[in-house]
Amino acid sequence: MRRIESCFQRLAEQKRKALIPFVTAGDPSKKVTVPLMHAMVEAGADIIELGVPFSDPMADGPVIQKACERALAHGTSTHDVLAMVKEFRERDTRTPVVLMGYLNPVEALGYESFAKAASQAGVDGILLVDLPPEEALEIKPVMDTHELDMIFLVAPTTSDARIKLIGKAGSGYLYYVSLKGVTGSASLNVDEVAGRVETIRNLAQLPIGVGFGIKDAESAQAVSRVSDGVVVGSALVNQIAANPDNPEAINTAISDILAAMRKAMDH
Amino acid sequence: MSERPDFSAFPDARGHFGQFGGCFVSETLMGALDDLAAMYERLKDDPQFRADFDYDLAHYVGRPSPLYLAERWSKQLGGAQIWLKREDLNHTGAHKVNNTIGQALLAKHMGKPRVIAETGAGQHGVATATVAARLGLKCQVYMGAEDVERQKLNVYRMKLLGAEVIPVTSGSKTLKDAMNEAMRDWVTNVDDTFYIIGTVAGPHPYPLLVRDFQCVIGREAREQSLKQAGKLPDALVACVGGGSNAIGLFHPFLNDDDVAMYGVEAAGDGIATGRHAAPLSAGRPGVLHGNRTYLMEDDNGQIIETHSVSAGLDYPGVGPEHAWLKDLGRVNYVSADDKEALSAFRELTRVEGIMPALESAHALAYARKLAPTMSPDQNIVVNLSGRGDKDILTVAAIDGIEF
Repeated sequence: MRRIESCFQRLAEQKRKALIPFVTAGDPSKKVTVPLMHAMVEAGADIIELGVPFSDPMADGPVIQKACERALAHGTSTHDVLAMVKEFRERDTRTPVVLMGYLNPVEALGYESFAKAASQAGVDGILLVDLPPEEALEIKPVMDTHELDMIFLVAPTTSDARIKLIGKAGSGYLYYVSLKGVTGSASLNVDEVAGRVETIRNLAQLPIGVGFGIKDAESAQAVSRVSDGVVVGSALVNQIAANPDNPEAINTAISDILAAMRKAMDH
Repeated sequence: MSERPDFSAFPDARGHFGQFGGCFVSETLMGALDDLAAMYERLKDDPQFRADFDYDLAHYVGRPSPLYLAERWSKQLGGAQIWLKREDLNHTGAHKVNNTIGQALLAKHMGKPRVIAETGAGQHGVATATVAARLGLKCQVYMGAEDVERQKLNVYRMKLLGAEVIPVTSGSKTLKDAMNEAMRDWVTNVDDTFYIIGTVAGPHPYPLLVRDFQCVIGREAREQSLKQAGKLPDALVACVGGGSNAIGLFHPFLNDDDVAMYGVEAAGDGIATGRHAAPLSAGRPGVLHGNRTYLMEDDNGQIIETHSVSAGLDYPGVGPEHAWLKDLGRVNYVSADDKEALSAFRELTRVEGIMPALESAHALAYARKLAPTMSPDQNIVVNLSGRGDKDILTVAAIDGIEF
């Protein structure tokens, strides 16, 4: 069984929900990322979404745009990101790692070489925010061959017909974008999210992670009550931005946020 | 070219021109783009919609724009006759308004009270602010901070027209960053906002509908050539940034095998220096801003900063249909650098009394090389896509003149 599937199965048996932190690889420096990944797992993370930096992150707000700029300023490449995952796997063979980013850096490497290298590094899934399933017909079989899950987004604006399509195209989990906007936007409406997640459950078979607008233990808890997983990104990346020269402080601050979320979600 | 495809059959239903084009956006926008595509599909052959569009082009824009024989310049160059398609004479001073009129009509049909746009040189921003003023729509224009600086006159024009200009300080602070920011706005305000994209790039259906609205240029030029020169032109020349003025001129001639076409990219400091904005000449296929096309990117797929004296051509991508026409070999894509463009700008101003936009000056710079290789009984149509008033401060700065 693939790592993501067994992760959600294990959590379901324990009646717990997945805590899924996002950080941009190489932000603020290449050496920070792997220790940070381990620290996040120790603080309660179940799956890690690792951002592959891109020069033009159209779907992201200012917090993650700046994270991309910091990571690219010292040349974090897709190969560097894969090397980080490989190093992470030396100590952690259980926690799924999903690469999140944009299509162009993947196209630049070529689908086959990317998929092969990602799989060998120990990556479990990819989420490309500018790749809707209609445009993924070519890449999907390549990812399948290398046992990489393709995680697709579902939005507040997604029609029922599209939810069905996306449910069939994806594997691992679905990422429900809780609001119309970019990452790091204002607050989400939990009742609205609950209603949408219910709709998605009726139309698709995959576990549902919810992201965008989750900032603290309270919002993580509320969203975890109505979904299978909670994605938190900008709130963590803010801590990196605040401590650009202090990896210790980054690990502590991010671990504290995740530990508080974990506690609230398991409560 | 071996076998000619049926150009009118492209893009396909999902916006593809061969391997190019498509719809690469975050899921939140897919519904809005599907709605837009469906609305356009329904309206594009609707007699009332066509009549409304044609009426505005005639009475508001001032079409048809003249096809002017640049007799003195042609004689001086000593070769083919150069005809200028005078899009600079349109209301607001460039071809951009043809498209904003069309998209504003779509916005009206879709009941959206707010429009947004990205702009480089400011011509599309002005054209958007203009139609927004006329229809009473709220209008915000995203513009790279560097372009705000070098196109101050257009920034002020937009403000006078009631639009809010939002300087974009991320990335290279030019057109591509303005487009990123407009996309971010749209994804946030998709319910009440219509995004008026200014060129034949972006996700489907934009490359299709912008092309269709701009094709009025080529349809007129075709008719005018037959009437004024007695035959079709031997060559067409247009500058290519995103490529809307070029596709507008070229498309109605694509089936005319004897009409050669030249799309002129901005070579900036020179293609060899790497400081340019010529993805078709020196880029490779990739995905940016919703479509697959030729891009300027590094080995890791990161977009490279571009350079051109002309803000309107300073863009690392190009419309997907151009990428396709390049691979098919139907259009020749060439380039002109900053110096050549500036020289053509000065020459046309002095010889014909017409001050071209720096964007259009790239097309003129190539025509100037092409004409002497042809005979006096041959004809070249150059798209004079915009007027140069907006560039006076840029040219003055290069001349060391301060106001």
